[in-house]
Amino acid sequence: MTARIAVLALLGALVLMPYLWMVAASLKPVSEIFRASLSLWPEHFAAAENYGKVLARVPVLHYLWNGVVVCGGILVFQLLFAVPAGYALAKLRFPGRGLAFGAVMLGLLVPPHVPALPLYVAASGLGLLDSYTALIAPFTISVFAIFLFRQFFGALPDDLLHAARLDGMGEWSIVWRVVLPNAWPAATAFAIFSVVSHWNDLFWPLIVVQGHAHATPALGVLYFRSEEAGDDFGAMMAAAVLMTLPLVLAFLLAQRRFVEGIATTGLKG
Amino acid sequence: MAGITITGIGKRFGATVVLRDVSLTVEPGEFVALVGPSGCGKTTLMRIIAGIETADSGDITIGGRAVTRLPPAERDVAMVFQSYALYPHLTVRENIAVPLAMRRLSAVQRLPVLGGLLPGARARRRAIASEVERAAAPLGLAPLLDRRPMELSGGQRQRVALARAIVRRPAAFLMDEPLSNLDAALRVQTRREIVEIHRAAGVATLYVTHDQAEALTMADKVAVMMDGALLQISSPEAIYADPASLQVATFIGSPRINMLAATADAEGRVDVAGLPVGLRAQAHSALTLALRPEALRLAQEGLPVIAEHLEFLGDGLLLHARHAPDGAAVIARLEPEAREKVQPGAALRLGFAPERALLFGADGKRVAARADARLVTA
Amino acid sequence: MRQRSQLAGEAIAGALMTLPAGIAYLLLLLLPTLATVLLAFSDYELGAPVLGWIGLDNFREMLADRGFGVSVRNTLIYVGLVTPASILGGLGLALLVEAGARGRALFRAVFFLPVVSLTVAMAAAWQYLLHPTIGPVNAALRAMGLGTPFWLSSSDTVLLSLAAIGTWESIGFNMVLFMAGLTAIPRELYAAAQVDGARSAFDRFRLVTWPLLGPTTLFVLTISMIRSLRVFDTVAVLTQGGPNKASEVLLFTMYQQGFTYLRLGYSAAITLVFLAVVLALMWVQTRVLDRRVHYA
Repeated sequence: MTARIAVLALLGALVLMPYLWMVAASLKPVSEIFRASLSLWPEHFAAAENYGKVLARVPVLHYLWNGVVVCGGILVFQLLFAVPAGYALAKLRFPGRGLAFGAVMLGLLVPPHVPALPLYVAASGLGLLDSYTALIAPFTISVFAIFLFRQFFGALPDDLLHAARLDGMGEWSIVWRVVLPNAWPAATAFAIFSVVSHWNDLFWPLIVVQGHAHATPALGVLYFRSEEAGDDFGAMMAAAVLMTLPLVLAFLLAQRRFVEGIATTGLKG
Repeated sequence: MAGITITGIGKRFGATVVLRDVSLTVEPGEFVALVGPSGCGKTTLMRIIAGIETADSGDITIGGRAVTRLPPAERDVAMVFQSYALYPHLTVRENIAVPLAMRRLSAVQRLPVLGGLLPGARARRRAIASEVERAAAPLGLAPLLDRRPMELSGGQRQRVALARAIVRRPAAFLMDEPLSNLDAALRVQTRREIVEIHRAAGVATLYVTHDQAEALTMADKVAVMMDGALLQISSPEAIYADPASLQVATFIGSPRINMLAATADAEGRVDVAGLPVGLRAQAHSALTLALRPEALRLAQEGLPVIAEHLEFLGDGLLLHARHAPDGAAVIARLEPEAREKVQPGAALRLGFAPERALLFGADGKRVAARADARLVTA
Repeated sequence: MRQRSQLAGEAIAGALMTLPAGIAYLLLLLLPTLATVLLAFSDYELGAPVLGWIGLDNFREMLADRGFGVSVRNTLIYVGLVTPASILGGLGLALLVEAGARGRALFRAVFFLPVVSLTVAMAAAWQYLLHPTIGPVNAALRAMGLGTPFWLSSSDTVLLSLAAIGTWESIGFNMVLFMAGLTAIPRELYAAAQVDGARSAFDRFRLVTWPLLGPTTLFVLTISMIRSLRVFDTVAVLTQGGPNKASEVLLFTMYQQGFTYLRLGYSAAITLVFLAVVLALMWVQTRVLDRRVHYA
């Protein structure tokens, strides 16, 4: 039993190594980093210089705010489109249902990189490059979310809906008053999945964003690295810490939900 | 000596005591049913005997060997699980072969293709295959040997679990509610099959169930367990007709045994609400007189009751009534012809033979009583 | 009468509820994907006024292009390293974490942390960690008297280093999927295996755990391959495909051709190759392997 803990602790320390050194380096002055000492603990604290440099040179808070706007915008639209569609596909009979579900299954096969080129051309043609719209719009439709909600609503008992219809509710008030309140577990799981993947995404922001104004945290790290830091690893690590912190904090506060959310969405995906 | 002997088994999960000082012997060839309400500790006891769980105290002997500290694999017991616990990826044939293969083949010999090429493995595999077929045939599994558990009905799965248990000829069988997932008709049929398997194998069998009817119909001996303690171990007849305590008397038998408050005066005469019932016992102010429903019959004299309603059973009639003096519920099993004589609301008298009445003290323990010929009322 | 009106109401509501998603699907997924397919057969360059149909020329160029060949090779090596390492590692961690109650939540969180961490930022941390002269990894190797490789800046070690980072990133994800698979295995099967004579933990693993994890393992295998096939962030941040194309991978080549050189037609053709590989993997999963791991 203790052997298990010992092995886990060792492996855990190994996995945490990059975090430990990242935080340690963000606290050290450049000269100390360049001595390549194996001590994690800084001899002289340079946290103020390192973090101060980052905050002074790049708009960290603005990047984080962009991240919130983009992830929030994507999530809102994804839910807005996917919840009613998922419910209709699971519980309602309407012409074209089979076709619609086929389209969803087909969409599941296509990685987001595939439509990227034409979307870029379209955004460029519409003058939408370097805007929130360009960052958000391509991801507003998530076939995965539709699929997930369809599976989830499929498990709702039909009798619940029959009872609601007998009580005189129309289809829309059923969605609003019966289905939505029951959608929370699936919605949180999907929200975690969605936010984690879009907060961390680099591919699409790199394509459509050019300046600081709409840069997401991932781009922010990249910009700071190429424009400001050079070999200033202390400041570089400080920037990395600042950009990583929000999602990691959210994870630590609700780690059970995160793990379950990723596991349920992962297993269905 | 062989069979299963357990002495002084105790077990607690945290602060809850699950088993207290349980001792029990299953003779070789004997079928003992361990019966009790759910949560009484009977499944835990069975898992301790199998070695899947460890006891906090006590000793276990199986087939004459002390096995208390041995792992399940070395205890020489086979177990049938409530969920059957069949390996879903293996065919029926492979499922039944597992206990033999795990014992007779080395880890390398068990490898799918390569294992068969090793010296000695082929002969052993052939022996296993023929033993599997011999165990499967009497259970009617021969045509199903190449199916997977998912393709079988509940009853068929149950039989595969039985075959997997008997194939190895263990020193003892342990069965944990093996019939509880079957429908009623199949359950009655399978009861008989299990008894026959047991008789043919002649192996000590401990059978856990919460269904007292199952216990009474199948077992040589019934052990009644409640709150982690064994209350009585006797033949089914004795458990039914001669229970040692009120708890056993009420748990065994359906409908439930009737209970009426009684007293025994200084001379030992037993009264129910002032009515002498033809019994003598030691003087006592708070006795319980218990009567099986079939011990009661309509009579001129006897317990005064008010009829409430009748249940027609086909071969008989259940009369639900209230004991007139104190309103206690009374159920009597009557002949079907009694229907005409009994109307709801009617005041009736129910008589009984004194020797069929059971007396219990305030502590629930049985109190000795004898029929008093001079005072027979009914 | 009422029945019919209710059915009609249901049909209208159903159509209306799927309409917004349907329009978005058409505009943002279906048409762009079809456009990518068309682009792959054209010589379109961003800003070019006209577009010419060139048939299979893009694919011919791909076959002739040594750089593309290197990119495919590197991608396959990367997938071949990350997939087995992150699956075996994830399975091992899941078994180890699930084996006892103590520390379960803590270690699950620790191993899962890289999944939720900003990849770009962690890539920067890895760059420092693996820095040839000031990096702690080489400092430790030096202290032990061992050689100090150039990790990300040598063509011999760059793929290995990227694969190590990729494994580090996805091992916790696989662990969580395996843990979900493990909890779905009925406890009674382990009890039965013990009674049936499976003495060692390894016997029980072979008799119960491994076969019952079959569907999970297959799923993790497919998703791991597809996820590692998509490797882009670490390459874009750390190596830009270098040194000397030694870490050039499929999506990075596609990105460079499309958005740096603005050769959209050629880039679309590469995208189609990428899509074909993804579809082939999914096809293998559903058609071939699924039958062997589901027991229904």
